[in-house]
Amino acid sequence: MTDTLQFFIDQQAVPFQPGQTLMQAAQAAGLYIPHLCFHDGLTPHGSCRVCIVEINGSIRAACTTPATANLQVHSETSALRTQRRQLIELLFAEGNHLCPSCEVSGNCQLQALAYDLGMTHYEFVPLDPHRQNDGSHPDLFIEQDRCIFCELCTRSAQQQDHKNVFGIGGRGADTYLFAQADSSRLADTAITAQDHAAHICPVGCILPKQGSYQIPIGQRVYDEQPIHLRGNHRPDEQDATP
Amino acid sequence: MSETRVVIDPVSRVEGHGKVTLLVNDAGIVTQARLHIVEFRGFEKFIQGRPYWELPMVVQRLCGICPVSHHLVAAKAIDQIVGVTALSAPALKLRRLMHFAQVLQSHALHFFHLASPDLLFGFQSPVEQRNIVAVIKQQPQIAIKGVKIRKFGQQILEAISGKRIHGMAAIPGGMNAPLTPEKIQPFKQDVQQIIDWCEETVKLSRQLTDQNRDFHLQFGLIESPFMGLVGKNGELELYDGNLRVIDARGNILQDQFPCDQYPQLIQEQVKSWSYMKFPFLTQLGSEQGWYRVGPLARINLCDFIPTPRAEQARQQFRQYAGAPAHSPLLFHWARMIEALHCAEAIADLLADPDLLSTDLQRSGIKQKEGIGVIEAPRGTLFHHYQIDAEDRVTMANLIVSTTSNNQAMNDTIRKVAQQHLDGQTLTPELLNLVEVAIRAYDPCLSCATHAVGKMPLQLLLQTESGNSLDQLTRHTDGHISR
Ligand code: SF4
Ligand code: SF4
Ligand code: FES
Repeated sequence: MTDTLQFFIDQQAVPFQPGQTLMQAAQAAGLYIPHLCFHDGLTPHGSCRVCIVEINGSIRAACTTPATANLQVHSETSALRTQRRQLIELLFAEGNHLCPSCEVSGNCQLQALAYDLGMTHYEFVPLDPHRQNDGSHPDLFIEQDRCIFCELCTRSAQQQDHKNVFGIGGRGADTYLFAQADSSRLADTAITAQDHAAHICPVGCILPKQGSYQIPIGQRVYDEQPIHLRGNHRPDEQDATP
Repeated sequence: MSETRVVIDPVSRVEGHGKVTLLVNDAGIVTQARLHIVEFRGFEKFIQGRPYWELPMVVQRLCGICPVSHHLVAAKAIDQIVGVTALSAPALKLRRLMHFAQVLQSHALHFFHLASPDLLFGFQSPVEQRNIVAVIKQQPQIAIKGVKIRKFGQQILEAISGKRIHGMAAIPGGMNAPLTPEKIQPFKQDVQQIIDWCEETVKLSRQLTDQNRDFHLQFGLIESPFMGLVGKNGELELYDGNLRVIDARGNILQDQFPCDQYPQLIQEQVKSWSYMKFPFLTQLGSEQGWYRVGPLARINLCDFIPTPRAEQARQQFRQYAGAPAHSPLLFHWARMIEALHCAEAIADLLADPDLLSTDLQRSGIKQKEGIGVIEAPRGTLFHHYQIDAEDRVTMANLIVSTTSNNQAMNDTIRKVAQQHLDGQTLTPELLNLVEVAIRAYDPCLSCATHAVGKMPLQLLLQTESGNSLDQLTRHTDGHISR
């Protein structure tokens, strides 16, 4: 029996299995590193950069960095918190987020991170996009301007549902989510409301057409606990892994 | 004498200020008053393309003053879109309770905070005296009751919707959660006290009117038809019902007019100088057809109030003020009769076990159009939506009560200016009286949410051809500059 492998996050020892990323090991140990595009069970994507940590003076994404023994990882430093907050602010500025009337308010991971990181406003110039929403599917609605391009849906559809449903097109300010069909309409893809991909969006972009606003204020995912205690969850998630 | 129409760019107004232009003719008579309103612009466009079920939430942002009314009326429209013609009894009762609580707290805020200083100390008294702090000093018991009545309403809203403002309760076809015995209990304890205080306030409104009877009844006096909802038997109805219209003499012009046919009943006129439209009754035409909505309209046009103490108050009001009553300042008294009704209706509902039921949602066959009408605190409120095959909003038409009262407010201000403008110089006194006139209608304008004597207001005096004669501005801190 070899010694347990471990590394350190902010001086706290974190055990890990070979092959695990920093994020996976931290999550297994019950330590929260802020994240948006990571989901246990899907290949890491490393795109949102919210999970940045500092190792030997360089900045790395915890969701794509393999754990190695005795690594000293810094996560909750004020500099990293500020950078994470600015990333969240950018996401708000790039989309169209009016939380008070949004149906995932209180259940939204972007909003929860914004609160947790102390975001009160943002100073980036809002892009104020007005893309056309896709309501073609009988059970699902796509609110384009809230997409943060985390590609959880793309990966979930491919890896869990074994379907090609979503894709991300364009670049920079013109990035957009599209449905993988000749018509570009969600109705013409194979997605169903029961698919994993229909239940993974961390924000209010892929919406069910039934059952919105059903959870009263006070009982929503982040009403009682902030995201660093509660973890990344949706009220309807199919697997309870944080 | 030809009236030259000058387009005054409403954007040039001081931010958050109300702006009023008075036009005088060569003989020095005020021929027109124009209240410039920039609120509500762009919203109908903004919600195009949005999923329809979001509307009850998103419209709450339309107006910071009566978000609950917008929430409920949009929900009524969306009920139709999801094909629900009748809510479950528990859902309907919860919605009504919410609505009564909203009207009660709104009326209490307006009367005690925004109007009572004027009413108590007289309109001509110094501004320092006409504020809520002065009321608290001189009439502590009144001020405290006002605060408590309002809080009672707000707490009911919070219990039902999770928040005092911008809560979440009504969903397509119903409500999202019932009340619990623990939540209801404190309200049951307090409601009789609230009813008593509301009744005292009705009496106070009468006394205050009586103290200065001529001024009250003559101030800005204009006559107009009235419009509002009534129940099946002609009773006062704030949540449901059909439309009734009476003319200035009190004759019924329309009765039990179906809400979803409102486009036949009223049309809207656009004027070059205003962002806000001018609705009028089709049958009377654009010149004669403007009308008033709100507490005075509702008290004037209903046959009775279905709760006993408010009904008694209504009868006394009619004896005193005539039927229909036209003086704008009587809105205040009428408002408190309605507050009393709301308190009584809340007491009845609180005793109803249906509030605990979880039978809260119905469904039906999807429709492409929904029209919701409700009596908001300030008057009849219309929300009309159409959606496409992808559940996106394609058309929204909202007529808010302040829009319905648009012409009436202009005319009331004109009348006040005719009564009180002396020569070609604007005075702080006139500015105050214009404020009193605007406030009588309790408009949902941001300038009107400031305390008495603090309404940021710009008054312009112009010739009919647009030459400026004088100008007076009161700023948010209350100081006045020329
Ligand atoms: S998706 Fe999240 S962040 Fe965006 S508006 Fe909705 S609640 Fe707010
Ligand atoms: S739709 Fe949701 S899950 Fe998919 S990329 Fe956009 S934000 Fe991520
Ligand atoms: S969670 Fe690591 S980059 Fe998004």
